[in-house]
Amino acid sequence: MKTTGHVFKYADNVDTDVIIPARYLNTPNAAELALHCMEDIDKEFVKKVQQGDVIVAGWNFGCGSSREHAPLVIKTCGTGCVIAKSFARIFYRNAINIGLPILECPEAAEEINAGDDVTVDFDTGIITDNTTGKTYKSQAFPPFIQNIIEKGGLLASLKDND
Amino acid sequence: MGMTMTQKILAAKAGLDKVVPGQLISAKLDIVLGNDITTPVAVNEFNKAGFDSVFDKDRIAIVLDHFVPNKDIKAAEQSKQCREFSCNHCISHFYDVGKMGIEHALLPEQGVVTAGDCIIGADSHTCTYGALGAFSTGVGSTDMAAGMATGTAWFKVPSAIKFNLTGKLPGNCSGKDVILTIIGMIGVDGALYKSMEFAGDGVKTLSMDDRLCICNMAIEAGAKNGIFPVDEKTVEYMTGRCERTPVVYEADSDAEYEKVIDINLSAITPTVSCPHLPENTRKASELSQVKVDQVVIGSCTNGRMEDMETAYKILKGKKVADGVRCIIIPATMSIMRECSEKGYVTAFIDAGAVVSTPTCGPCLGGYMGILAAGEKCIATTNRNFVGRMGHVDSEVYLASPATAAASALTGYITEYKE
Repeated sequence: MKTTGHVFKYADNVDTDVIIPARYLNTPNAAELALHCMEDIDKEFVKKVQQGDVIVAGWNFGCGSSREHAPLVIKTCGTGCVIAKSFARIFYRNAINIGLPILECPEAAEEINAGDDVTVDFDTGIITDNTTGKTYKSQAFPPFIQNIIEKGGLLASLKDND
Repeated sequence: MGMTMTQKILAAKAGLDKVVPGQLISAKLDIVLGNDITTPVAVNEFNKAGFDSVFDKDRIAIVLDHFVPNKDIKAAEQSKQCREFSCNHCISHFYDVGKMGIEHALLPEQGVVTAGDCIIGADSHTCTYGALGAFSTGVGSTDMAAGMATGTAWFKVPSAIKFNLTGKLPGNCSGKDVILTIIGMIGVDGALYKSMEFAGDGVKTLSMDDRLCICNMAIEAGAKNGIFPVDEKTVEYMTGRCERTPVVYEADSDAEYEKVIDINLSAITPTVSCPHLPENTRKASELSQVKVDQVVIGSCTNGRMEDMETAYKILKGKKVADGVRCIIIPATMSIMRECSEKGYVTAFIDAGAVVSTPTCGPCLGGYMGILAAGEKCIATTNRNFVGRMGHVDSEVYLASPATAAASALTGYITEYKE
């Protein structure tokens, strides 16, 4: 599985309140929520994002609340992958559980620029910046987590184990 | 090498003699929690996956607390969905308006959680229950759905940071000043993926409300959980309250910690987190030029009885400064009742404050105290991110109930002096 798209770049500690502000959490409807993705730090994001695009960010991406709405809106907007220097643990767990690919790679997160054209290969963990020609290797998921992603999320994997 | 308290609970719940940091385990859950925002997403996932029953109707807690009494039609629909699911599955710990409280104040108070438990909650502040000597951590709605269906969850066993507490807090400080000081020291990802294990002689000087507040904000340092040893105060708190028998785990004397950080409680000073991250801490005394428009005393962090007592002590017979809105929110109905019985509610109203029934409301910018552009609020809540309490150009300063109440009287951030 691969994704190719343009990069939206953000700083450290992007929290779940800016990914999807709580004032919109009066609905569980993903499409409705996704209209407000990243609104409080980047009003242009939802207007510009296209299928397969990649979010690149610094340390501790997704810190704060446990709201699963956060990875859900990022995925629903069409984002193909999030690359960060590190992820907050609940966000990391939620992203895997709903099937949003996320990769930790400090070097790539540092060097890749906003607007670059990037390809991410989830099977190998190879990130290619097509604009600069540089490649980066991120750590592959452990088998336990690969299984969840392959089955299409946590609940699907549980049903499969029945 | 021995195990930490967290590792011991996880080993027991996974049916293993020993676990090591980094190990992936499947653990049995004692309580699975959700609220009116996260439960609807979980219920949708639960139904979509085709589950038709929960693992144990007595081990699931659903608390309507974020937007109740409902703030709008959509929020009402979410509550209705929680209510119907709870009714259909005969969930015994379903808390609706009139019975509800802010989940992390309510579950310990009602004895739903106890020492030795393994708890997941679809709310990041689920880490609060570590104060009782439980392993308790925040997860998302899909994990909640899976937990409700199977009674198990997967975990990566965390490594640990030990906080060795010594001394005794000064009279104008509380648990909030301790945890803000720690977050200021180690940063908002200082304990990422790890457990924060509190230990040392200083523990016995902290009240249960202090410990609940400290564990509550472990997530604000990125931690998986925070945990306190069980001592006489814990046992006293749990006796006659907890519906299940507490199980006490102790860290091995040769447990491995990635780091040990000494915290002298006697040296703690009233601390405030400045916008827009909890790690941006300063001494309250250095912020006396900051003028505030609003004060909020409440939340899962600081809406407990001791917090209300502190606010009462400072506000009684005084007046909130002109131009300041002071909002006080007791965290549960029983705390509200006690505030009413003891005359606190009257004193708060006489001081010019408003008193609300329990709700998370303003903490997450839901309702009951939303800020306009350029406004500043000092709050006993737990997050001061951009836009957290309203407009993206508003500011939240996090502080203890004493600092917040003292600031309400002056209109500026004020260190409380006894």
